[in-house]
Amino acid sequence: MSRRWVFVLPSALFALLVGGFYVGLQVHSDVLPSPLINQPAPRFSLPPLIGGQRGFSSADLKGHVSLVNAFASWCAPCRDEAPALDALARSGRVAIYGIDYKDKPAVAQAWIEALGDPYARIGADDGRVAIDWGVYGVPETFLVDRTGRIRYKHVGPLTDADVSQTILPLVARLDR
Amino acid sequence: MIDEAGHFALILALCVAMLQATVPLVGAARQDAALTAWARPAALAQFLFVAIAFFALMHAYAVSDFSMANVAENSNSVKPLLYKLTGVWSNHEGSMLLWVFILALFGAAVAVFGRSLPPGLRARVLAVQAMIGVGFLVFILLTSNPFLRLSPAPADGAGLNPLLQDRGLAFHPPMLYLGYVGFSIAFCFAVAALIEGRVDPAWARWVRPWTLAAWCALTTGIAAGSWWSYYTLGWGGWWYWDPVENASFMPWLIGTALLHSAIVVEKREALKTWTILLAILTFSLSLVGTFLVRSGVLTSVHAFATDPRRGVFILLLIVFYTGGALLLFAWRAPQLHGGGLFAPISREGGLLLNNLLLATAAATVFIGTLYPLFLNVMTGQRVSVGPPFYAMTFVPVMVPLLVAMGVGPMLPWKRGDLAAALARLKWAFLATAAAAVVTLAAAGVRSLGAACGLALAAWLFAATASELAERVHLFAEPLSAVLRRALRLPRAAWGMTLAHAGMAIVIAGITGSNAWSEHTVLSAHPGQSFDIAGYRLAFDAVHTVRGPDWTETRADMRLLAGGREIAVMHPYRRFYTSEDGDQTGVAIRTNLLADVYAVIGAPDGKDGGYVLRLYYNPLVPWIWLGAAAMALGGLVSLSDRRHRVGAPMRSMRPAVAAAARIQAAE
Repeated sequence: MSRRWVFVLPSALFALLVGGFYVGLQVHSDVLPSPLINQPAPRFSLPPLIGGQRGFSSADLKGHVSLVNAFASWCAPCRDEAPALDALARSGRVAIYGIDYKDKPAVAQAWIEALGDPYARIGADDGRVAIDWGVYGVPETFLVDRTGRIRYKHVGPLTDADVSQTILPLVARLDR
Repeated sequence: MIDEAGHFALILALCVAMLQATVPLVGAARQDAALTAWARPAALAQFLFVAIAFFALMHAYAVSDFSMANVAENSNSVKPLLYKLTGVWSNHEGSMLLWVFILALFGAAVAVFGRSLPPGLRARVLAVQAMIGVGFLVFILLTSNPFLRLSPAPADGAGLNPLLQDRGLAFHPPMLYLGYVGFSIAFCFAVAALIEGRVDPAWARWVRPWTLAAWCALTTGIAAGSWWSYYTLGWGGWWYWDPVENASFMPWLIGTALLHSAIVVEKREALKTWTILLAILTFSLSLVGTFLVRSGVLTSVHAFATDPRRGVFILLLIVFYTGGALLLFAWRAPQLHGGGLFAPISREGGLLLNNLLLATAAATVFIGTLYPLFLNVMTGQRVSVGPPFYAMTFVPVMVPLLVAMGVGPMLPWKRGDLAAALARLKWAFLATAAAAVVTLAAAGVRSLGAACGLALAAWLFAATASELAERVHLFAEPLSAVLRRALRLPRAAWGMTLAHAGMAIVIAGITGSNAWSEHTVLSAHPGQSFDIAGYRLAFDAVHTVRGPDWTETRADMRLLAGGREIAVMHPYRRFYTSEDGDQTGVAIRTNLLADVYAVIGAPDGKDGGYVLRLYYNPLVPWIWLGAAAMALGGLVSLSDRRHRVGAPMRSMRPAVAAAARIQAAE
């Protein structure tokens, strides 16, 4: 009798594994908790994409609600979210800042010009500042309140639905 | 027109596969020869239709038909024809079609070469194989169809990933797939044996050539992939323990165990259920390897989020095939009659030890690969598991395996004498000690780890050579007799010798690369020269070269040894205008003992200087030489005559008796 159980063991282990994978698929990437939620945004100062312009630093985030978007010109999903970001920028409801992640500044500049520029300021990051923000891939988007605390993190491309159902209501609440 | 024909052929292939998955099974169960006979023509027809689909897609790539969405996204009219064609499998949809194409190819091969198989077993093997085909054809047609049209068609395609314009990368996925998919045959034989309720030496002999063929392809594919990352990525390394590499390495480890345990089934009728389990696991790990990496679950949550349907579908397929096979295993395996116990000190004891160690090694890689995923699921934490983990877990398992690899082939079947076997290995002990002493004397006491590694390599090589010498009676008989014996040696024996010696060479390469690699990163101006590991590298000039869709910064370098020029090296950095991508062209000068490896980086931003990375990688070429010897050993073993003519006859118990036996056991 005990010998039979040995033969069931592989199935049982496999079931556990599948359970793990299934849960892994269910944890939708944009609800992954970030340990940085409700923490002050990291302090940083990033240079601009091209000389002459102003860069982007933590001081820019003080005093108003802001949306910080980590992106890169080499990232295909970033291209997908460009229209949603553009529309949000044109609505004027929230200031959008960009962290250009591990990118070639000249290529990024051309990319932004081609797709429309929603950003109030952009900083070019070699990856170090993104680490402080807990970015593990682009695009990722953060909502920062007036005191400079990170209040929400969105992983993956923003859609119009994300903007209207999640981002704008949160902005309205944080603005109050 | 041709595209639509391809699309239609793919749908027809699905229909044929559905018939092939059911009718022969019913035939085999009812012992109805007419229905059983469906399996072979169905397998051939399925292959024909999948081949039409595959070549139709290839045609669309060749003529740059950008009205096909898949071609428009992944090809470009200025690409060289070779890379247009290999572009077929450089994307998700096309590579799935290649996967199914190879699957159908193996099915057709079983139909053609499996004439000596009993019709019932053959029908079941092909039916199980068709079940896999059905799943993946449905997956392609529903979620990853490469034949979808795009309207309006764009003027040119968007796909020209420069990294993919490389021969190594162009041909290594098909090799890996031949390996992955080849293991499906072992899986099908295992499931068919579970359905039939019998595993005997004849079964093991039938499975072995298919497993060997898959193993050779996978060995080649892994080595080619590692070589590709060595000479294109420009980081001087050849293995990073990243999930993609591990995904191909796990089926290799379990597949290697399967190769060895099948020998025990064939010779001693033991380890039957274990062998069945290994066959199921090898293919399951191939499935996990192909798809979880591709779906992005392991590498990046983002890539995966692009189409969650695919991930869920793939998981369902894995649940169905692996889960189904394992449940069948739980139900039927207890009724298989084992060959009883055997002595620990014997050939089969050695092979069992090999299996336990390889399975443990695969488990460590499995845990290292999946731990980050599971930790993320449970706690939201993100970690990465790197080389230190594998140095602590994988290496300690490999050391006893390599030691045992020297002794095992010396032991006779049934009952061996360890002391006598070790006495016959006296020359191997001498070689081991000599390798350790010479390494320590030449490289100093700080190279203790390297001395151990080289001693292990010397041990395995010398022990393998001793075993061969003993077989051919070297030094015991006149040379002509020795040669005659060598020629008459079964090819399987030569195969083992080659593969084990190849492993020894790989170990030496890994050791040398880990212990003595040197590298420098420096900012250089044309005209300067640099010393590395006794060589002098003169950085003479930098040119700009223009190609059809790229511009290249190309360096002229001379490699000098003792003041004499021994090679000219041209590392380059190529920018692709249409994709904003760049590619590193590494210049490698090898003398088969060591590589001098030069990479030119970006301009350093100061008056015409460039970032140069120079590496000296001793013994690294041996890694691929050894891997080639291993794959060659597999091929030689595959050509052994007992696989070709030794059509084994089963003891003539009718299948009815076997079925009755199972019912009695229940």
